Amino acid sequence: MIEEKIIDTGKDTREMVINMGPQHPSTHGVLRLELTLDGEMVKKCRPSIGYLHRCFEKYAESVEDYAKVIPYTDRMDYVSAMNQEHGYVIALERLLEVEVPERVEYMRVIVAELQRIASHLLGIGTFGLDLGAFTPFLYCFTEREKILSIFEKATGARLLYNYMAVGGLMRDIPEDFKSDTADFVKTFRPKIKELNDLLSYNKIFIDRTAHIGIVPKEVALNYAASGPVLRGSGVEWDLRKNDPYSIYDRFDFEIPVGKGEVGTLGDCWDRYIVRVREMEQSLYIIEQALDGMPDEGDVKEGIPKRIRPKEGEIYVRTETPRGELGYYIISDKGASPYRVKARAPSFVHLSMLPAISKGALIADMVAIVGSIDIVLGEVDR
Amino acid sequence: MKEQEEIFDVLKKQLGEDSVEFMKGDVGQPWFQFPANRIKEIAKFLRDAAELRFNTLMCLSGVHYAKEEELGVTYHVHSTTLGHSMAFKVRVPIDRPNVPSVESIWKTADWHEREAMDMLGVMFDDHPNLKRILTPEDWEGHPLRKDYEPQEFYQGMPTTS
Repeated sequence: MIEEKIIDTGKDTREMVINMGPQHPSTHGVLRLELTLDGEMVKKCRPSIGYLHRCFEKYAESVEDYAKVIPYTDRMDYVSAMNQEHGYVIALERLLEVEVPERVEYMRVIVAELQRIASHLLGIGTFGLDLGAFTPFLYCFTEREKILSIFEKATGARLLYNYMAVGGLMRDIPEDFKSDTADFVKTFRPKIKELNDLLSYNKIFIDRTAHIGIVPKEVALNYAASGPVLRGSGVEWDLRKNDPYSIYDRFDFEIPVGKGEVGTLGDCWDRYIVRVREMEQSLYIIEQALDGMPDEGDVKEGIPKRIRPKEGEIYVRTETPRGELGYYIISDKGASPYRVKARAPSFVHLSMLPAISKGALIADMVAIVGSIDIVLGEVDR
Repeated sequence: MKEQEEIFDVLKKQLGEDSVEFMKGDVGQPWFQFPANRIKEIAKFLRDAAELRFNTLMCLSGVHYAKEEELGVTYHVHSTTLGHSMAFKVRVPIDRPNVPSVESIWKTADWHEREAMDMLGVMFDDHPNLKRILTPEDWEGHPLRKDYEPQEFYQGMPTTS
């Protein structure tokens, strides 16, 4: 699996090129990092992607109906499928100038935030796992399981939902959805404290993540980083507040940012803790949305029978757990989109890796890749 | 924060009336169109001008305009300090698809330009590492072109079942 090539430079130190991946537990999918090493130090890192390329954009151009792209968006970032659908349906609704019923909007926000928590739990759990902390992973998955059960009841699926439709939802909201979600919120809040005790402020974990993989603010902005990676570098930036979509402007919540509490600003620990604190904020949003959600209303009546936007184009971006997901859609009045481009946050963050990993130790590469929380399905599309 | 019309005025003043067009479809967002050969200079102006400050490139997409036999590149930029966004486009003939790279201005363009080259065959001049990114390096053709025919065999393996 590991191919080694020793280059003789005629000096005492010799560089070595080593492939990390495509089958490596810490790459969370199929990613190959070509590392040029000097001893244990990374001199150059060259990510090689495309192993999971499934022609999302080509497929979107070839379907006979705009709505048939929705299930495919699920498969981009398969651990936060709800957020992927949300962006796409919003883009179409803006193109079609469709009004979305209140009940649908509230429901979308609730499932999007639940999905954010589920996705962060997976990200945090596997991040710990990469660094040798096995137990927190099990705690995270227990909680994630509860969210998936709520989704299963509402949508019929546990991972890839195909739940949102243009102007509505594919299924009626189950009667006990509200009480299930309220129960989850109540039981989950103390678990965050437990997670902090178990992992966040664990000395070994801090030693492995503080001062590692520092992303300076200027680098993050120049690469158009977003989500927890940008916030970890201390930039208060969240599309739910800075470029509000759906009904996010009605909710009161804070944007957690990295402060360099245990290390340097913008290190792995800062990115990690932003995710933990975001889960708390998501709980606040869910609580407010549960209060505000109307009890009556048909979630399917707003769905247009035929989706045929006029000529034009639109770029819509939404805040997914990983950052800014943008859809650029061109319509030529046809039944299928002329062009759909998905701007995936993981793709952008991965392109930052060569810049932030220079001089790191090879063992720290695992921490850096884990802390930017990539999903290869989204990188390769 | 500037409206699109105000940005248009700033651009006209800087670049001259001939070098910028303001366009809009029946729905959706408007965009500006620039001549491809000036794009690097324009990008630098957009990033550095005090009244614009477009410091992030959100998205860069290649488009194939089959009817006109042209390739296009659309850039979506945003200013995190001033809070405004804009989209702009360049279009080049398909037989000479050269666009200057903006990689040195916004680093996001590095991989996005490689993707546009891979998928549509837009050649970005002065890009430091313009190699295929999503498909293998020895893949033939550009999949997102409207007239794309997949190759039958890749390294001896049939590509269709």
